[in-house]
This record gives sequence, C-alpha cells and structure tokens, in this order.
Amino acid sequence: MNGLSRRISFISVLVILLQVGCSTLSAQTHLLNVSYDPTREFYEEYNKLFAQHWKATTGQDVVINQSHGGSGKQARAVIEGLEADVVTLALAYDIDAIAQNGGLLDKNWQSKLPYNSTPYTSTIVLLVRKGNPQHIHDWDDLIRPGIKVITPNPKTSGGARWNYLAAWGYALRKSGNNEQGARDYMKKLFDNVPVLDSGARGATTTFVQRGVGDVLIAWENEALLALKEFGSDKFEVVVPSATILAEPPVAVVDKVAQRHGTEKVARAYLEYLYSPEAQDLAARYYYRPRLKQVADKYASVFPKVNTFTVVEGCGGWQNAQAKHFSDGGTFDQIYGK
Amino acid sequence: MAIAQINQVRSPGRRWSFVTKSSPLPGFRLSFGFTMIYLTVIVLIPLVATLLHAARGGFGVFLHTVTAPRVLASYRVTLGSAAAAALLSAIFGMLLAWVLARYTFPGKRIVDALVDLPFALPTAVAGISLTALYAEHGWIGQYLEPHGIHVAFTPIGIVMAMSFVGFPFVVRSVQPVLEDLDPAMEEAAASLGANAWQRVTRIIFPIAFPALLTGTALAFARAAGEYGSVIFIAGNMPMKTEITALLIVTKLEEYDYSGAAAIAGAMLALSFAIMLLVNLLQWWIQRKEGRRG
Repeated sequence: MNGLSRRISFISVLVILLQVGCSTLSAQTHLLNVSYDPTREFYEEYNKLFAQHWKATTGQDVVINQSHGGSGKQARAVIEGLEADVVTLALAYDIDAIAQNGGLLDKNWQSKLPYNSTPYTSTIVLLVRKGNPQHIHDWDDLIRPGIKVITPNPKTSGGARWNYLAAWGYALRKSGNNEQGARDYMKKLFDNVPVLDSGARGATTTFVQRGVGDVLIAWENEALLALKEFGSDKFEVVVPSATILAEPPVAVVDKVAQRHGTEKVARAYLEYLYSPEAQDLAARYYYRPRLKQVADKYASVFPKVNTFTVVEGCGGWQNAQAKHFSDGGTFDQIYGK
Repeated sequence: MAIAQINQVRSPGRRWSFVTKSSPLPGFRLSFGFTMIYLTVIVLIPLVATLLHAARGGFGVFLHTVTAPRVLASYRVTLGSAAAAALLSAIFGMLLAWVLARYTFPGKRIVDALVDLPFALPTAVAGISLTALYAEHGWIGQYLEPHGIHVAFTPIGIVMAMSFVGFPFVVRSVQPVLEDLDPAMEEAAASLGANAWQRVTRIIFPIAFPALLTGTALAFARAAGEYGSVIFIAGNMPMKTEITALLIVTKLEEYDYSGAAAIAGAMLALSFAIMLLVNLLQWWIQRKEGRRG
C-alpha cells in the first residue's frame, strides 16, 4: 500500500516532469507545490501571478506544478518521496509530520514566515438550507434531537479536525472549561451525524448534492464556494457565536529545495503570498486575507466572527491530535462502548 | 501461499500436475520459472512487505491493534457484507449465466457485454452513482425512504456496492460451463423419466457447482477487499458501517504505518483462510464427484 502510493506519486511526478520537460527545453526553474484539495483553483491563479512577478523581478522563468489531495495523504506522499519544493497544507500537524517522519524540514518551520506561516486563514461556519427551516443559529442548535449534521471523519480528514476543534472549543467555553461538559456536547453532536465522509469535499457533496442533512459544518471558503456554485437561493451561511480560526500553513521543504537548488525561488513563492496582489487573489477565492487593507476591502464578503486559535482552544496541534484524534482519544470515546 | 494463488486462478479440474509429475510438454522450467518470478514481484513481495511492516511494532502491539473493538466490528461489517454480497452474486449471477448460455434473444450481445462493465468501471464511479441513486432524495431512494427502507449509508448499501463489483465473477465462471453442457445428457435423463426439477438438481447443478463456487469465492474476495465503491455509500459510522479498508486508511492518516499494516495483515490472513476453505471444499466436492462418475 505504502509502496503503491509511493509508486503512484513517483509516476505522477514523472508525468508532470515529462510534460514540462517536453514543452520547454530552456533553463527554467521548476517548483512543485504539494497542496490539499480546495486550494486547487486558488493556486492555479496564484502560480500565474507569481510567475509574472518572478519574471519581472529576476528575469527568470519559473514553472510551478501543483499536486492536490487530502492533506494527510499529501503529507505522506512527501514523506515517502514526492519531491515537493513547497507544501501548502490544511493543518500544521501535517507539516509537523513531514518534519518529524521525513526530517525534510526544520522542526521550527512555522516561525519562518509571518503569522505562523499562514498567509491566509479561514474559519468554520455552518451551511444550512435556504430559509434556515430548522432555525439553526449556533452550535447549541446542532445537538437538538432530530437535527442531522454533516461533517467528515476527523480521523481521515484534516479539514474535519478543524470542524471538531471548533465545536470542542465552543463547548469548552460554554461549559466554563469543564471537559466533561465538552465531551457530552461532542457525544450529542456526533449522535446527530448520519454519515461520516472520509474527506471534506465528500461531506460537501453529501449535503449539497445528495440532499442529506440539515446542516453542514464546513470551512468558510468551501461554504462560500458552494453558495457560488450551487446558488445562494438554495443555501445560506450561518456564522456561529464563536468558532475556530483555521490556519492552513505553508512551508518550504528545505531538503528537497536544497537538492533542486530552488531554495530562493521557493521561499519567494511563499513570501509573495503575503503581497497585496496575492492577498487580494486569496480573498477572491474566499480565503480570509491577513493584510488589513485587503481585509477591509472584502469586509462585506467575510462577516465579523469571534474566533479562537488552535493554541487558545486546545493548546496547539500536537496536543489536539494526542487528545482528540489519536487512538482512544475523545473522538474514539464517542463511538467506543 | 504461491501455490494457493495459482490454485485460485486455475480452471476447475487440473491441479498439482506440475508438481507431481513432469509434463511431456517442453518448456516447463522456463514457463514455471517465469510464472514464479512474476508472482513474486507482483504478489509476494508486496505481501511480505506488508507483513514485515506489521511486525515492526512487536507482537503485543500487533495483537492489540487487530483486536481493538472498532477493528473487530469492521471485520464483521466487511466479511459479513462480503458474504451477503457473494451469496446475492451467486444467485443472480447463476441466473444470468443460465439466461446467457441457454436462450437467444435480441440484444443478447449487449447484455453479455454489460456484465463486464463492473470490471472496467472505476469503482469510485460505481460508488458515487449508487449513492446518488439511493440517497434519500435520489431517483430510487426517494421512493424507498417513505417506506422506511434506507439503503445509502447502511449495511444494505455496502452489500449493494459489493454485489455490483462481485457478480461478474460468478457469471464469467459459470457461463462457459453451462455453454459446454451437452444437451444430450439432459435429454437422456428426460427419456429415463426425470422431471425438470430433477434434471436441474441432478444434472445441471452438480456440473456447474464447482464453477459456481469458484465464481462466488472470487466475488467474495473482491468484495472483502473493495474500497472505492463502498466508501461512498457506507456512511462510515464506527462500529456500524465502517469497513476494514477504511480503518487501514485511517491508521495511515495518523502516520501509524505499522498499525495500518497490522490490520492489513489480519485482513489478509482472514481472507486467505476463507479462500483456502472454499478451495478445500471445492477439492472435496470434485473428488466426491469424480468417485461417483
């Protein structure tokens, strides 16, 4: 299995390289950005933007290839040898895993770029059917009997871990930091979940296209995208009273970039994400920009939310993972006997 | 293990001859050697790698991993659904094979070609289509839900997806046997006074049975290992509709490589034991039949 995924990644890289190699024989720089699923459209546009910028400032051509998949799967592919110059994943835990298991980058990678190496953010919101027939306004409404909640399995989906932590953080605050209270809330919440999809896109499909469930817990960018794609006459976004600040991080994979001699351009590729142009682009793809001037411009798109970070809500990713998602963690306890 | 693998794919009837006595045909060493190299590269090395991975954590960890309640529940879901699906495939596959072998009707070639479709269709596509059809607002689901019949996101859905990928194995195993069946035998039986029921149970079924068993075993094996189509329709609820393959993926997602390999190894052992049992049963039946004939 291990070998198979490695082989597939190898073949896919080979194909990418062949395509690129055939089309251009000039001395071009190549970057491989290994990312997660919902960033595909954003990075397609951003790659063009960065290539122009790089040509204008250095005179060099750069070709950026992208690879998308579930965040954890992508991290594993990099550990097993997918030659990523940069990774742009859904959660810091996955990049931590690359640092720990592969030793491909520094353990303190997250301090190398501003804002914990997350150039854009998102948040976890509730998507309901038009007119909000079940009157869902906050997290408490999700545990009412008879409400069907759609969220993917946090064990297989990085995105779903944000959902889980958002609900947990809310419940913990609500119960005055009483963990048992938060556990009870989570138990009731998952009692209302009829389907556990293995990925975030799968859950969106279940809710939007299969018509299953009353409410979808989703990343804001996915929810807004669903509104745009399927029409705001079918769904509406409900912003809960408190939610988590989702910070999808980026990092240069040092060892690979060194081997490719692409350290400089890889670093520039990530730094340019913080430029006003790139921030504007991120906002157009429904990621919340970090730059204040851009955030102000898109204030009407992104409602004001009361957020907490993973560190505030759960003491960081390593803690959250150990406590909630590892074997025997709070998630397993929900389904355990 | 390699011998058993060969045993599975050989046509009913011939066995062991390549081990027990040298064939009069030339080229035995070359072809046998090539077969073994091929099997080793394609089948054995990946399997051994899996088992080695599984052994990395030590036996205690292995045992703990493969006997966790959720994992045990997933074996029940997977093997139970696979058995149900294999049974369904056996019944309807046999029927379809019979129709294709015995009758001519317009569009027969198209029906014949349709049987192979599940082999070629990416299983994820099958899973997504089945889910779309049977979800509560789907084409078929909307008529079933009011009657309290839930297919999508329940074990019934799992059996459905597994039957889809499994039944061609039964048809393709049984169909040639039925086509080769000499009508003279049935006519002889009829002339001796056997009624239709007797002709089916005494003549046709015993001849087709070994092939049916092979096909059913293949359908079972395919269903037990199925991931792509099941994952979309299963609902994936721990303890209820979570298949073993998903747990393996879950372990990988936690970067627990030896845990994933441990469950894979356990699943492999279970499936292998069942396949071996089916093979033994088949061998026993054939010996009995041979003695009688």
